[in-house]
Amino acid sequence: MSADKEQYKVHQEPYYEAQGKEVALYEAAYRNRLPVMVKGPTGCGKSRFVEYMAWKLNKPLITVACNEDMTASDLVGRYLLEANGTRWLDGPLTTAARIGAICYLDEIVEARQDTTVVIHPLTDHRRTLPLDKKGELIQAHPDFQLVISYNPGYQSLMKDLKQSTKQRFTAFDFDYLGAGLETTILAKDTGLDEAAAGKLVKIAHTARNLKGHGLDEGISTRLLVYAATLIKDGVDPLDACRMALVRPITDDADIRETLDHAIDATFA
Amino acid sequence: MPRLPDEPPFPQTEEEREAAMTGTEYQHPLMKAYWAQLDTGFKPIADVFEDVMAEALAILTREGLDAYLEAARVIGKLGRGVEPMLAFMEEWPTTARALGESALPEVMALIQRMQKSPNGKAITPFLQTLAPVARKLHSQERMGRYLDIALDLMERTTGSIHGHHTTFPSPGLPDFFDQAPFLLGQLSVAGLRNWVEYGIRNYRTHPERQRDYFSLQSADSRAILQRERHGTLFMDVERKLDLYLRGLWQEAEQLVPYSTAFDELRKPVPYYDKLGMRIPDVYDDAGTISGLDRYRVTLAHMVGHRRWTEAQIADNWSPFQRMAVEFFEDCRIEILLCREYPGLRRIFLALHPKPVEGACDEETTSCLRHRMAMLSRALLDPDHGYGDAVLLDYVRRFHALMAPDESGQRESSTAEIAELALSYVARTRRQSDQLARIHFADTVIDYRDDNRQMWKFIEEGDEEEAFDAKRKIEPGEELKGLPPRHYPEWDYHSQTYRPDWASVYEALHPQGNAADIDRLLLKHGALAKRLKRMLDLLKPQDKVRIRYQEEGSELDLDVALRSLIDFKGGATPDPRINMSHRTNGRDISVMLLLDLSESLNEKAAGSDQTILELSQEAVSLLAWAVEQLGDPFAIAGFHSNTRHDVRYLHIKGYSERWGDDAKARLAAMQAGYSTRMGAAMRHAAHYLEARPADKKLMLILTDGQPSDIDSNDEQLLIEDTRQAVKELDRNGIFTYCISLDPKADEYVSTIFGRQYTVIDNIQRLPEKLPELFMALTK
Repeated sequence: MSADKEQYKVHQEPYYEAQGKEVALYEAAYRNRLPVMVKGPTGCGKSRFVEYMAWKLNKPLITVACNEDMTASDLVGRYLLEANGTRWLDGPLTTAARIGAICYLDEIVEARQDTTVVIHPLTDHRRTLPLDKKGELIQAHPDFQLVISYNPGYQSLMKDLKQSTKQRFTAFDFDYLGAGLETTILAKDTGLDEAAAGKLVKIAHTARNLKGHGLDEGISTRLLVYAATLIKDGVDPLDACRMALVRPITDDADIRETLDHAIDATFA
Repeated sequence: MPRLPDEPPFPQTEEEREAAMTGTEYQHPLMKAYWAQLDTGFKPIADVFEDVMAEALAILTREGLDAYLEAARVIGKLGRGVEPMLAFMEEWPTTARALGESALPEVMALIQRMQKSPNGKAITPFLQTLAPVARKLHSQERMGRYLDIALDLMERTTGSIHGHHTTFPSPGLPDFFDQAPFLLGQLSVAGLRNWVEYGIRNYRTHPERQRDYFSLQSADSRAILQRERHGTLFMDVERKLDLYLRGLWQEAEQLVPYSTAFDELRKPVPYYDKLGMRIPDVYDDAGTISGLDRYRVTLAHMVGHRRWTEAQIADNWSPFQRMAVEFFEDCRIEILLCREYPGLRRIFLALHPKPVEGACDEETTSCLRHRMAMLSRALLDPDHGYGDAVLLDYVRRFHALMAPDESGQRESSTAEIAELALSYVARTRRQSDQLARIHFADTVIDYRDDNRQMWKFIEEGDEEEAFDAKRKIEPGEELKGLPPRHYPEWDYHSQTYRPDWASVYEALHPQGNAADIDRLLLKHGALAKRLKRMLDLLKPQDKVRIRYQEEGSELDLDVALRSLIDFKGGATPDPRINMSHRTNGRDISVMLLLDLSESLNEKAAGSDQTILELSQEAVSLLAWAVEQLGDPFAIAGFHSNTRHDVRYLHIKGYSERWGDDAKARLAAMQAGYSTRMGAAMRHAAHYLEARPADKKLMLILTDGQPSDIDSNDEQLLIEDTRQAVKELDRNGIFTYCISLDPKADEYVSTIFGRQYTVIDNIQRLPEKLPELFMALTK
């Protein structure tokens, strides 16, 4: 069976501002079909980067958001019942291997460790995917590549990648951008003026400083984009910041008050 | 010798006799009449009579004056000497001015009550502090509440031996009156009530301690005072301030509060040094600015100095010059801070005094501070509205130094600003600056620190003070054991915690002979075998299949085919044809807390073994069982000898194996003293909290209710333990009590809710305990 390749293509250029040499390096990895791991805190542009690269290379992109309840059969495929028997349905990973897409497993640590083991044979020299239930061995399409993303921020004992998984990937380390670049991106992406964008970035830095002191994660670029969008829509900046930057990330009254104060102090 | 018309024919006391011999005559008929109305012969009263009457006449109305003299007469006749009367006569006019004359009956009523009780001695201190108290209270209604508090204190602390006669005066009452003005400066009336309430409850039966408490000598008296103070307390906002420093300024500095409560004369000022930032322990709201915001700007100001101020050499500058440099530099810092966060300007300006131009008389007073404060205001506030030409010139020059140039925003520097400051001092110097009278009004900017970090002194010991002398540890001084940890205790009367009430000392339990425990285990060999079978059932089996799921991860082919057949055969198919997996891991940390109080030495009913021995057997079996399961497990024992000495003995730690060391400690287990359970539970919980496990279980093995020899009220420690259970529950710890007390039903459910078992037949404890554990963790 063959899925429609076109539906997985990225048709419009996603806005992406390179932080360093990552675009060229990714291209090199893809030329050699090396699996890639993208690390970094939430909302710093990991998914945007993968999307951008898929567009640049003009390859289909299949994204799977991983979660705790995900099992191997959610990736590989399963039997379904039909009127006259059972029918096999490919999972996203199998589809990608068949059609030669970039398969992007987002937030891989959310999936349980035993689940992620199914990707192993695809990521080494074999480039095969055994479907044991179906009794089939798929040889990956030459264009197929596996990309995973992973957020080392909230490492708990339970949520980490196995060494055997980690060591199958080349890796990019992403982080929040420097204040200058982040301001520029925020302004370009949303059309907000630079001065206001700069203030938003300043508030984000306040929260990022508090990471590990009651905040699991600082304010992400994504949330800044939300806030900027709201301000652009005519919402009062103080309200927009509270709504888009503070309330989503914390329920801790002390932190909320500190960040609210930072907003008042910045936007006065 | 002139005689007063109404002088008593037979002077009773010596004092009165003496007074009778002196006697007074007033020329003015009105004064004469007043004196007659007063009907007294006390010489000291006569000495001050004209002065107090002058004041009274100015303040009191006609009727008020009559009432005043009548009250004074009554107080004079109480037979308590001249002092109370003198105090009343001197204090009342000012009191009446603050409260109104109509407060007098209430005051007199309290005096009468004191007179009728053994507390007559307290009348004098009460009257002596009446005026300052009234000035703090302002209203008659609040005065009424103050009097109620005093009356309550008196009635509840006046001792009686035979039941219906109150025979001993209240020990704390006079001290309370002495402290009242100070207390009311720190506390609201409600706060005062709580403070008094605490003292009564805890020291009613202990005269010396009661006096210590009410004279603010004892530590907990001060601690409670601290807790009840009005304003924003540092301890309530500490975390917010930490987050503020970290988030907005990227600083992680130790914040050290200093007390403002006990320094009436010398008000401490914020400062910072190597050891941290020192800030007051409480800030009241200032107008529209909340106490929290005052803390924030105080910290921001210090952060500014750390960022931008370079220390200057102080030796060549006069104190005036240094002061001017400090004012200029403070302003530079604040302007730079406002560039960072423009919203700070509002707070700075609201807290910065606004000196009125010309408020200081340059002929008679030193106006330097006033000039500097005005300049400081003008530098920060563009709408200052001052007209002084020199001042305006310097404001312009200052802003020119700070103004952006082609290289971008300029920060200037301490040295550059200091130069400007020196030239300002030179320009505006006045002869009168040397005068001793200094104009202070509106010149104190209380969020600024004392700038001690701004100065370097070349000649040591010249001007700077040694603020933080190093503490030397004497050679012989060594720490024995671990220092005590202090835990609060719940007081159910007031529904508050007593701060740092119980001291817990922890230590490793001494060791005995491990073979004893092995022998016990051997004795229970048959039981162990039975347990082993149960344990095997409990052991985690990692993957468990859950079948018959409508939605699951995989198709369960067996069930699916059956459904299909049903479907084809025309019957309703079962839609639950999927299955999923669940991992069945055990992740439990267990803490077993043993009550090692004296009662354990008693023989168990119907057995020749003591409860202690039976507990030992039971604990050994339990430990063996848990070791089999592989759950992390700790054992500790506790007993207490008053709140100052709660002992917590480690028998087995989490990282230790159930080996000879742990067995040896268990073998040496001994019983003694009492059961202060709450403190021990809180201490055990702090270990358990640190465990990473999903489920945390605290088992408490006890043979009686919580009690201690320093606690008369049985209910108190029961309620405290109950509170401890609640705290633990909030922190995700499941507590479970195994009580060996057959009478436990009366209290154990109060403490533990439904999380307890009472084992009546103690002989079966060795078998029950492991079973219970397994049932709990299945």
